[in-house]
Amino acid sequence: MNAELAHQLEAKRAERTWRVRVVWALGPTTSLGGVVWALVQPYRITLLHPHGQGFWWLFSEPPLWVVLVGLVFGLLIAPGLIEDLEDAERSR
Amino acid sequence: MQPKAEMVHWMFATGFLFLGLCLFAEALVGQEVWRRRRWRAYLWPGLAFGMGVLMWPVMTFFTNSAIHMLAHSAWAQVMMLAGAAELGRVRGKLKSDLWLLTVPLALVVSGTAFLVHEQNPWFFQRSAFLHHLIGWTVLGASVFPLVRAFRTRSVVANSGFALTFVVLAIFLYCDRDLAPIFGHLSPVAGAPHR
Repeated sequence: MNAELAHQLEAKRAERTWRVRVVWALGPTTSLGGVVWALVQPYRITLLHPHGQGFWWLFSEPPLWVVLVGLVFGLLIAPGLIEDLEDAERSR
Repeated sequence: MQPKAEMVHWMFATGFLFLGLCLFAEALVGQEVWRRRRWRAYLWPGLAFGMGVLMWPVMTFFTNSAIHMLAHSAWAQVMMLAGAAELGRVRGKLKSDLWLLTVPLALVVSGTAFLVHEQNPWFFQRSAFLHHLIGWTVLGASVFPLVRAFRTRSVVANSGFALTFVVLAIFLYCDRDLAPIFGHLSPVAGAPHR
């Protein structure tokens, strides 16, 4: 058994784990960005002061849309993708 | 009943943000893993094509000037072309990798249209600034899909292409119909609204 080869395998494994982590983090990071934006510019969320606003102003909530994009990616895309990525790594 | 132009920009920003995340994830895991589930392969080209289709109502209802209509219709056409070409490649109907060149073409046409249809200088107001910024960014970023067309596995080209859409989304979210930019607001631009 060659110790160097084992070390190389370990390094490769660590790199793969890093990829999985990044894919997993994309959704939550995006949602967090939306939350931070909402805290910094609360006036961009019309729902916080809805009186006298028309449909489009109540519908247009950009920080919440960013949160939504993160949630959709994190809940619908990332889990299957991580599963396929780990499966591909195992079969290599 | 029509939404303001800035709201339409925010809606497209949301689509571009999702598109960017999907492309970035694909760049990270590689095309082989991304396409393990068939529906995922159709996701971004379908989204690009759909956003191209949605540009037509924008062209129809936002008729500030003839140049606006021409710019919006040019975007609609090139987005649909790029999306459709990628859909054709995924489906196996289109074999040549040269179809990938429709994507840099779409970015070059879009960037040029942004620059041409903005009649005001950079610091006139925020939307003018962002039109110039987006135009030059998109033109410059067309290098990424161009490299990607010839080196399909290039992580730098694929990641750069994906992040282009994330940056584009951020710029579009910053857009307001009438607002100052770095303290500059032309007196002829009008009064800012909420």
